[in-house]
Amino acid sequence: MTLMTKFMGAAAALALSAGAALAEPALIFDLGGKFDKSFNEAAFNGAQRWAEETGGTFRDIELQSEAQREQALRRFAEAGANPIVMTGFAFADALSQVAPDYPDTKFAVIDVNWLDLPNVRGVGFAEHEGSYLVGMMAGQASKTGTVSFIGGMDIPLIRKFACGYAQGAKAANADIKIVANMTGTTPSAWNDPVKGSELTKAQISQGSDVVFAAAGGTGVGVLQTAADENILSIGVDSNQNHLHPGKVLTSMLKRVDNAVFDAMSQGADLETGNFTMTLANGGVGYAMDENNAPLVTAEMQAMVDEAAAKIADGSLAVHDYTSDDSCPALDF
Amino acid sequence: MDVMPKWAEVVLVPLISLLLAALISALVILAIGEDPIAAVKLMVTGALGSTYGWGYTLYYATNFMFTGLAVAIAFHARLFNIGGEGQAMLGGLGVAIACLYIPWPHWSLALIGAAFMAGLLGAIWAAIPAWLQAKRGSHIVITTIMFNFIAAALLNYVLVNLMRPKGQMDPATARFPDAVHLPTLHDLLSPLGIAFSKAAPANVSLLVAVAACFGLWLLIWRSRLGYEIRAYGHSESAAKYAGISPVKITMIAMIISGALAGMMAINNVMGEAERLVLNSTEGAGFIGIAVALMGRSHPLGVFISAILFGFLYQGGAELALWTSIPRELIVVIQALVILFTGALDNMVRMPLEKVFLALRKRKAAGPAT
Repeated sequence: MTLMTKFMGAAAALALSAGAALAEPALIFDLGGKFDKSFNEAAFNGAQRWAEETGGTFRDIELQSEAQREQALRRFAEAGANPIVMTGFAFADALSQVAPDYPDTKFAVIDVNWLDLPNVRGVGFAEHEGSYLVGMMAGQASKTGTVSFIGGMDIPLIRKFACGYAQGAKAANADIKIVANMTGTTPSAWNDPVKGSELTKAQISQGSDVVFAAAGGTGVGVLQTAADENILSIGVDSNQNHLHPGKVLTSMLKRVDNAVFDAMSQGADLETGNFTMTLANGGVGYAMDENNAPLVTAEMQAMVDEAAAKIADGSLAVHDYTSDDSCPALDF
Repeated sequence: MDVMPKWAEVVLVPLISLLLAALISALVILAIGEDPIAAVKLMVTGALGSTYGWGYTLYYATNFMFTGLAVAIAFHARLFNIGGEGQAMLGGLGVAIACLYIPWPHWSLALIGAAFMAGLLGAIWAAIPAWLQAKRGSHIVITTIMFNFIAAALLNYVLVNLMRPKGQMDPATARFPDAVHLPTLHDLLSPLGIAFSKAAPANVSLLVAVAACFGLWLLIWRSRLGYEIRAYGHSESAAKYAGISPVKITMIAMIISGALAGMMAINNVMGEAERLVLNSTEGAGFIGIAVALMGRSHPLGVFISAILFGFLYQGGAELALWTSIPRELIVVIQALVILFTGALDNMVRMPLEKVFLALRKRKAAGPAT
């Protein structure tokens, strides 16, 4: 009897561990690639943190072509990966085709929160709220009365960043002038530091003394040039304050890493539905550390903290460009 | 006259080039600590081992056939069309306009209409650099490559500001209606009792591409216009002397080239994505150059090398899925194949020619002794 229970227990344990091995999570990066120093890399860092903390392993793939979106989703689902996490709004269409075919697999997608599928977890970010706060800091820090924005490609998501930033800058200084430029029209715009540097110089010549880059790897060139030309810059997605201590005013944080970490931690029991990571729940924010502390005055900090509290409790609404494709503070 | 027999020229030289490329790729894979034999096995089974793999291989190959043919026809007139990428983007715009704004009753009519619109916009995009070359002497390599960027900017503007459904995050058009859904190879082959993978994107435009290969062969080697294009390509002054107008040939060759590149969109936009996305061409216009070089600008050669590149793409995707070989290394493998078959062709050809010459001399000397 006891021997029998032991056998049963061992068999059950074996079955469980086999199940666990099959349910290895998978992470699919968007075309930007795993090491883009920005969005995809943040996702990778979240997965890496999960792997280190749990000792688990995960599969990942960097896509090379649009046709591979659906292909990678299907292949991982058929191989039993669960959950399957992917980064980028471009997955929305492929996922809405694939997810119904694999009802037992859970999917989590970053930057998409409008799909209504029973086995999909959509995680969107209120980028406009975080951008508003850094825009406010830019508006106060600017001595010339001109601040600027450099985006990657002219797509709605980046306009959402720019629009929040412009609103924040105007809230801090109603007369402020905002210069906004996009890096390019091909995917290489996300990884073109040289062009980012040129745009920064052009914006400086138009009077800008604070520049916010929401352009992936291109931002590295923006931050570098801003530091060289002795103006302030604002980083994006991850905390980039340390790149040029004393020159980076702050960074707009978008905690993609936390979103990926959460999805992987929940494993096959992933809670599905649509979620928006906002200022209120810590999904977006601005970075403060010893690198930028001397740049941020007490007055600036107080104003931003007040705005953050108001946005979090709902008494201050920042306009979201993607809600109606228009921006009250900036023309595109 | 020929140093080498035809079969050696067509089969042996590319085959040896491929083997050399594979050898160096194997060394590179070995250097990063992976097993090259397992990698090759994975590529072959992933790309050719199932109808699923074939479906993807043929899907990519269809793209490359169109762009390869586009570059090939321009090569025959000694014009270097690097603008296949931009022409294919404009073709995508043509397909999107045809599919979204015209209520087609049946996919076959939609295919004809969309192919026409794609070809038309692609041809217009190629005709402007062609006109600048023919009339103003602006070098076609420079102008076509610049037109790629203009096409990207135009597509960006149109997708973000005009064709994007309001409030949609993704810079893409709405999904095309179901009526214009092209039958995939699965749909085409199941009435014949052949089971083909449902998930693979290869579709009826593969047949259009094959027909285009045959049509282009007829045009180049069996028509008067084709003769004029080849004559102009071999010697402009001789062609002029024979009464062939350089302006006319430049324009016609580039218009056909642009139309072919544009027609790629019936495969990737209409057949696969069924909506126009920002990055729909993803370099197929440039791969077309390699395909045409490797295929010696012959439609049959283009057909075969397009399938080879389709294999490399799909096999590369399988490598990326199931091994830790990084994406960049897969590009390295693809680049090695292009390098050996395209650029380093003479490295294989010259020693082979020497071998064949020596063999022939011995044969000629043989009976005399």
